[in-house]
Amino acid sequence: MRLRLVPKETNVDFFARYKLWLGISAFMMIVAFASFALQGLNYGIDFKGGTTIRTDSSQEIDIAAYRNAIEPLELGDVTITEVFDPSFGADKNVAMIRIQAQDGEEAVTTAVIEAVEKALKEQAPDITFSSVESVGPKVSGELIQTAMIAVVLAIGAVLIYIWLRFEWQFAVGAVVALVHDVLLTIGIFSELQIRFDLAIIAALLTIVGYSLNDTVVVFDRVRENLRKYKKKPLKEVMNISINETLSRTMMTSVTTLLALIALFVLGGDVIRGFVFAMIWGVIVGTYSSIFVASTILLWLGVKRDWTKSNDTTGNQFANVDA
Amino acid sequence: MLQIDRWKRVLIWLVVVAGVLLALPNGFYTRVETHNDAVKAIEAGGTAAGLEEQAALWPSFLPSSLVNLGLDLRGGAHLLAEVKVQDVYAARIKGSWPEIRDLLREERATVGTVRLQKSASDELRIKISKPEQLQNAASLIRGLARPVSGLAAAGASDIEVTVEGDAIVVRLSEAEKIATDERTVRQSLEIIRRRIDEVGTREPTIQRQGADRILIQVPGLGSAGELKAIIGTTAQLTFHSVVSRASSADEPAGAGNYVLPSLDEEGVYYVLEEASVVSGEDLVDAQPDFDQNGRPAVSFRFNTSGARRFGDYTAENIGSPFAIVLDKEVISAPVIQSHIAGGSGIITGNFSLEESTKLAVLLRAGALPAGLEFLEERTIGPELGADSIEAGKLACIVAFVGVLIFMVLSYGTFGVFANIALIFNVVLIFGLLSMLGATLTLPGIAGIVLTIGMAVDANVLVFERIREELKSAKGPARAIDLGYEKALSAIIDANITTFITAVILYAVGSGPVRGFAITLGLGILTSVFTAIFVTRLIVVIWFERRKPKTIEV
Repeated sequence: MRLRLVPKETNVDFFARYKLWLGISAFMMIVAFASFALQGLNYGIDFKGGTTIRTDSSQEIDIAAYRNAIEPLELGDVTITEVFDPSFGADKNVAMIRIQAQDGEEAVTTAVIEAVEKALKEQAPDITFSSVESVGPKVSGELIQTAMIAVVLAIGAVLIYIWLRFEWQFAVGAVVALVHDVLLTIGIFSELQIRFDLAIIAALLTIVGYSLNDTVVVFDRVRENLRKYKKKPLKEVMNISINETLSRTMMTSVTTLLALIALFVLGGDVIRGFVFAMIWGVIVGTYSSIFVASTILLWLGVKRDWTKSNDTTGNQFANVDA
Repeated sequence: MLQIDRWKRVLIWLVVVAGVLLALPNGFYTRVETHNDAVKAIEAGGTAAGLEEQAALWPSFLPSSLVNLGLDLRGGAHLLAEVKVQDVYAARIKGSWPEIRDLLREERATVGTVRLQKSASDELRIKISKPEQLQNAASLIRGLARPVSGLAAAGASDIEVTVEGDAIVVRLSEAEKIATDERTVRQSLEIIRRRIDEVGTREPTIQRQGADRILIQVPGLGSAGELKAIIGTTAQLTFHSVVSRASSADEPAGAGNYVLPSLDEEGVYYVLEEASVVSGEDLVDAQPDFDQNGRPAVSFRFNTSGARRFGDYTAENIGSPFAIVLDKEVISAPVIQSHIAGGSGIITGNFSLEESTKLAVLLRAGALPAGLEFLEERTIGPELGADSIEAGKLACIVAFVGVLIFMVLSYGTFGVFANIALIFNVVLIFGLLSMLGATLTLPGIAGIVLTIGMAVDANVLVFERIREELKSAKGPARAIDLGYEKALSAIIDANITTFITAVILYAVGSGPVRGFAITLGLGILTSVFTAIFVTRLIVVIWFERRKPKTIEV
């Protein structure tokens, strides 16, 4: 007996309530954007400049005491948070201290770091600093710029690739789905105020890659079925295609999620935010390739004249060149 | 049907075996690391006891390249520095003054007397007493211009001479500035490398980034602060004659002189002649030492030309003080007791033993041509890195086992085939990473875990396709064949799009992001390879042996 995530034959009409799904997606995108616009992201030092210090002590962390120790140094905005992880024992107490970039300083300030470390040592004598990272405002400005360029480039490159391999309607559908995924991911980061740093950009781009992977598989089937069922209406062809690929879509999402959840639980706190972004992205990406990308494609319509490609049917690369 | 040529089979197995061999050293990380270090030491002529045994820990016929661990996994210090290239312009342009002065003096009859005006630091402003000769004098100075070295600047000359109002202004040309920047950054890179080598840490990364930045990563070093202490100081050592002592920095210094503060005595200043007698460039050696009172000091030795100048100078100036200046601060200003011949001497000051050792290192490695500004610094403790590796390993294993079980439950025998391919896949990633000498970072581990999840995708595509083909009542062989054939375009398209994002991440990203892009990109390549070649080969071999009448996928 085989484990099956979806029944052998499915015949779900994915477009019966397409207005509802598009509505939900649009609403979520607005919420995400509003959250981003109103609340803003909790930028890490990669993008805002400043210093983070990770402390490690066998004593319980008293955030107020830490704060009092650092206060006299007048460093502006200082955030102190305790870090929890199931792998920490009772004698391992970790805190993250974030200090804003000091005014008028282009570069990083060693003096600040030393002063903070000294102040904290007086507070908790056995404290160690397991990581100290400091980014000057000059670099952080550039980092955010290159990150944005990376996301835009990735989406643009993909747009062109799909346009070349399929038709422009497919490309538009895929890219709308991508923007949807990226926006929702940014939205949840701003809503939950999870630290947004350079690694999250990597996660965003992976989400772009993953969501696309999913979308392309569905589209590939649509393209194939459009040749097969020349007379059927587009909506029906698309429903058939999604149903046929549904089993694969679920399988891949589940194996990927399985791996990511393992990493989320066991991978340590350092990359938890990063993994969270990817888990969210896999879920959103799977949803969007069916309910956003395909719906947009249906809405835009497709040129049905595939006769030219028919010449190559039967040869091994029939499907490879569109 | 269902045939794969013999040569293809051989090739596929060869790739797999090569991958296994390349990945193998990583399974014995510390052992191979010791072996590699020992081999390097032996090659460098080391004969320490035990080196041979250490080298014998790993057979030499096996590959011994390891995956580099990034700083976030190994711990260490990371610095991004910007070379202040403009620092050099002033010295370059001021340095051309004696030559211009001598030239114009020879032409005194036509241009009159020559005077240097106060000006911005990166230009010379020259006045002559016969203003009608300005153009003439300017063209004389232009005659001193030299072509800029370097291919890109062919034909351009190094200085720009213009007449502005009643003065001639000499500046560096843009081409020369670019060439100077290039030299400055390259020199800085070299000096930083030498300084770090002097300290003797293992496998530092010292890389140029962009036009004027240098990235320095030193694994295992305690903190970025320590690293900064080594490379942060310019260490320009010069010897000057002392004109007088002063009590403030605003003390009027005559033409060609300047005022510098004392290093350890507060409120003490010296008026010095700007032109140095000898400089650190003439040093051939510097060692930590002790003075006659047993206090830490640094002894040094000049090369022949430096030794001659230093000897002549001390012989002529017995009884007067001279200043030892380090980075525009006077370390000490002793009185010359006697003619110092032989070109060696000792620098005393209020050094601690540590400081004198550091100063000796800096002097030996040479001075930085320009100052450095630190834009980014990161220190990661080795324990945090070790924790991350442990966590990453555990997550990888759990993810791996989870996916393996899931695949068998879903696809039975074919799931087992996919799993074998998945194992090869991870092995191949490590093999490629070792072969390329790529760096594995924490996000890189995440990339591998993600690949584990996604690698089965290509297999899933094929298996689902075979299932569909079986439904339309084709024979098993035909169904398998068609499954692979028809799934191919989806596999290719889906993976190329992901690969595009990996390439962009690699090109645009830095540090950890790049590490992630590498494993993701390699993972895509290996997963496509294993899915369409390795799994297929296994399926075909299985099919040839068993010749099943029906199959269940």
